[in-house]
Amino acid sequence: MKHKTPLLDQLESGPWPSFVSDIKREAESRAKNEKGVDFQIPADVCDDILGVLELTYVHKRTHWKHGGIVGVFGYGGGVIGRYCDQPEMFPGVAHFHTIRVNQPGGKYYSTEYLEKICDLWERRGSGITNMHGSTGDIILLGTHTPQLEEVFWELTHDIGQDLGGSGSNLRTTSDCLGKSRCEYACYDTQALCFDLTNEYQDYLHRPAFPYKFKFKFDGCPNCCVASIARSDMSFIGTWKDNIRIDQKAVAAYVAGELKPNAGAHSGRDWGAFDIQKEVIDLCPTNCMAWDGKQLEIFNPECTRCMHCINVMPRALRIGEDTGLSILVGAKAPILDGAQMGSLLVPFIKAEPPYTEIKELIEKLWDYWMEEGKNRERLGELIKRKGFQKLLEAMELKPLPQMVKEPRTNPYIFWKAEEVEGGFDRDIKEYRKYHQR
Amino acid sequence: MPYDPSNPLKDRITDIGPKSYEEFLPPVIKNNFGKWAYHEILEPGVLVHVAESGDKVFTVRVGGARVMSISHIREMCAIADKHCDGYLRFTTRNNVEFMVDDQSKVEPLKQDLLSRKQPGGGFKFPVGGTGAGITNIVHTQGWLHCHTPATDASGVVKAVMDDLFDDFTSMRMPAQVRISLACCLNMCGAVHCSDIAILGYHRKPPMIDAEVIDKVCEIPLAIAACPTAAIKPAKIKKPDGTDAQAVAVNVDRCMFCGNCYTMCPAMPLADADGDGIVIMVGGKVSNRISAPKFSKVVVAFLPNNVPRWPETTDCIRNIVEVYAADAKKYERLGEWAERIGWEKFFEKTGLDFTHHLIDDFRDPAYYTWRQTSQFKFTA
Ligand code: HEM
Ligand code: HEM
Ligand code: HEM
Ligand code: SF4
Ligand code: SF4
Ligand code: SF4
Ligand code: SF4
Repeated sequence: MKHKTPLLDQLESGPWPSFVSDIKREAESRAKNEKGVDFQIPADVCDDILGVLELTYVHKRTHWKHGGIVGVFGYGGGVIGRYCDQPEMFPGVAHFHTIRVNQPGGKYYSTEYLEKICDLWERRGSGITNMHGSTGDIILLGTHTPQLEEVFWELTHDIGQDLGGSGSNLRTTSDCLGKSRCEYACYDTQALCFDLTNEYQDYLHRPAFPYKFKFKFDGCPNCCVASIARSDMSFIGTWKDNIRIDQKAVAAYVAGELKPNAGAHSGRDWGAFDIQKEVIDLCPTNCMAWDGKQLEIFNPECTRCMHCINVMPRALRIGEDTGLSILVGAKAPILDGAQMGSLLVPFIKAEPPYTEIKELIEKLWDYWMEEGKNRERLGELIKRKGFQKLLEAMELKPLPQMVKEPRTNPYIFWKAEEVEGGFDRDIKEYRKYHQR
Repeated sequence: MPYDPSNPLKDRITDIGPKSYEEFLPPVIKNNFGKWAYHEILEPGVLVHVAESGDKVFTVRVGGARVMSISHIREMCAIADKHCDGYLRFTTRNNVEFMVDDQSKVEPLKQDLLSRKQPGGGFKFPVGGTGAGITNIVHTQGWLHCHTPATDASGVVKAVMDDLFDDFTSMRMPAQVRISLACCLNMCGAVHCSDIAILGYHRKPPMIDAEVIDKVCEIPLAIAACPTAAIKPAKIKKPDGTDAQAVAVNVDRCMFCGNCYTMCPAMPLADADGDGIVIMVGGKVSNRISAPKFSKVVVAFLPNNVPRWPETTDCIRNIVEVYAADAKKYERLGEWAERIGWEKFFEKTGLDFTHHLIDDFRDPAYYTWRQTSQFKFTA
């Protein structure tokens, strides 16, 4: 190796896959270059990644500079500029720009496709990736400025693949695997995600918003892609009718023939399955009953939390009248504290061409683009202006489902038009009956 | 035909979006799309999904370091070509899933995966990450690629996962435990709703780079960026003796969020001693039984002891063990802490409750103070 890395070397032991060993492996592969690749950035880039990271471990301060606006022509996102603050020591990573590639729904791949990405990134980049970034993209980690257009060209022309989003854009959308492999999925997360991604390409690539905007798609309330906590607009599958019950299978669980929670707890002896304790008593709405033979669910009281279905997936199934709930405004703490998504639409059907959903999205964006301040996430705008203003802009009727409880203060903002006679009055008329 | 720099707009293709997922679905998945009846975890890391047609898909899930070389990806491709007809998928938590359509193909696949080791002895493809265990840690870029981190990401995760490895490959927890790491408050990884969150945090206010601040910064932007209004305009003397427009930071108001640095490169705040890790616990995103919850700060600071962060790994191990021993089946870490009460959480884990753990940030702080005489005594 080009640089000594005594600190990083200590991250090579232990059972978990070591990224240090992995980067070293790439460094060796580039040094050998058995396939005779015509490297477009320094062959020793991986050595320099390790070199600069080792130096960081010594200083305990990052060696990446703030700043560096780069991109591909006509796009306002998809590339993150990055420069090293020790370029003389580590010329291979003097530039180390990242490219976000819009991943396919459910993150399924053919090896043929992945090989193409690898070829491209071997020749024109560092050979190091993130599979995947937190938002979902394939992240190609580290290349030099002159390569950016070249990479984009090859991605679009040779691989048929576009960049993802960054900056004040619609960010790369992401979904749970949904109907492709999960029996809980209440709508086709992949289809909706793909449709909206294509519909709103322009917003993904050209900053038009006050700040970032994220869609995430969860097929059911288990929220495997965490849409409720980290998307400005989350789409969470749900159903309106009854949970389907297979009483024979319920009996099989009770008899110990089927493993509860699909076997998720098999690592320890929790004793025999106790339907009363593990299902009936844990139902948060107390809407279930078990008389020793029959399982009963009083569905109008059920909040579709998924617990009973998770515990007995072979006995219970989501209903058949399925759709999704829309929640808005989730974000991480910066700036004003973390926010969870708030329920805007309790239930909407999710069937192509998703016209109703698109109308809602566009109304929401209009409102945010009109009222949002620079760098204000949707959740912060809703907090600043109030939920009622949002409903007004969305032309939605207020529903008790939207709140946990009604307000505890009576400081109600009445509008002139809501009060008989309006706000305009005549002080002279008033004084006729009331001395000063 | 390659890209022509002298004519960059010629034949340009834009806005084609991602590849359709339909191109990449393994046949058994495609044939049974939307028609899955149930699933089961056969053993840690191995799932079977059964379709209404009776078709089955067996999935072997393996952990990944998220930072992956193309050599590593090519090795995965070779495995998928050999065992899985050329398909594979990734999960949101950076695991990799190899799927086969017959149970007889599972064991050879698993053995192949487990036989592949790194030179240091680590698994390239550890099998696990299912059910009531500890799956892969989602994390951000850290010192490997970002300009604002207060800690590393990949290194800390490697250290923690090495320590928790047995719980990646087993399912002895009361419920699943989701661990996440973000290397600064921006939380690219959105760790604020995790059972255990590892968060990089600065503890010193920004420095002012007087020499360049008037050149590289839009001063009003830096001022506006501060959530606590700690920054105000000020005149300063440059090293060459001339006056410059700059800013002053009211140190008492600074909560070290680094927003000003994001706006103004002349206000760096990273520091070898000042920077370190905050541990938050009890968050979740699933709606199962109880509503989603934010994570709560339980340890205000742990140092960046490179390269293996022993204080952080010990702290997490301790929380995991106490939770595993005390919580009821199906109870997430936050649900357990709420049931026993947070005062008991500190007693049972032996973590020190300090003034740093009492919220003092605006309105939300008030809602976390206790407004009842119902509490539990602790030792
Ligand atoms: C030299 C100037 C700048 C550079 C090189 C720079 C670079 C970056 C980079 C690389 C990111 C992460 C990218 C991402 O996650 O999308 C980022 C994030 C961000 N930048 Fe800048 N930036 C600069 C100036 C600004 C300015 C002037 C603003 C606002 C007025 C700004 C606002 C933001 C915001 C809000 C984020 C947050 C993260 C996000 O939305 O992803 N930046 N910047
Ligand atoms: C220049 C430094 C930065 C780098 C290298 C960086 C990198 C990243 C990466 C790789 C992701 C995942 C992206 C994806 O999967 O598409 C991400 C997401 C994110 N970034 Fe950054 N980022 C930077 C700056 C920022 C800043 C300044 C902010 C906030 C002010 C920010 C907030 C976020 C958030 C909230 C997410 C998304 C998390 C989610 O999807 O739940 N980042 N960033
Ligand atoms: C058949 C497919 C799947 C089933 C049946 C399933 C089931 C579940 C269940 C039962 C929960 C429960 C939450 C709780 O107990 O609080 C959950 C949450 C979750 N699952 Fe899955 N899951 C599946 C696939 C996946 C996949 C592929 C991933 C990605 C790695 C994933 C990631 C998650 C995450 C991140 C959560 C949220 C945990 C939290 O609250 O923080 N799931 N899933
Ligand atoms: S969110 Fe629901 S539908 Fe989607 S993978 Fe998770 S459990 Fe399945
Ligand atoms: S889904 Fe939840 S609320 Fe509904 S019956 Fe099952 S446990 Fe009760
Ligand atoms: S969490 Fe902070 S330090 Fe880490 S990648 Fe995101 S912006 Fe950078
Ligand atoms: S670090 Fe945050 S709180 Fe401190 S001065 Fe900068 S913006 Fe303000």
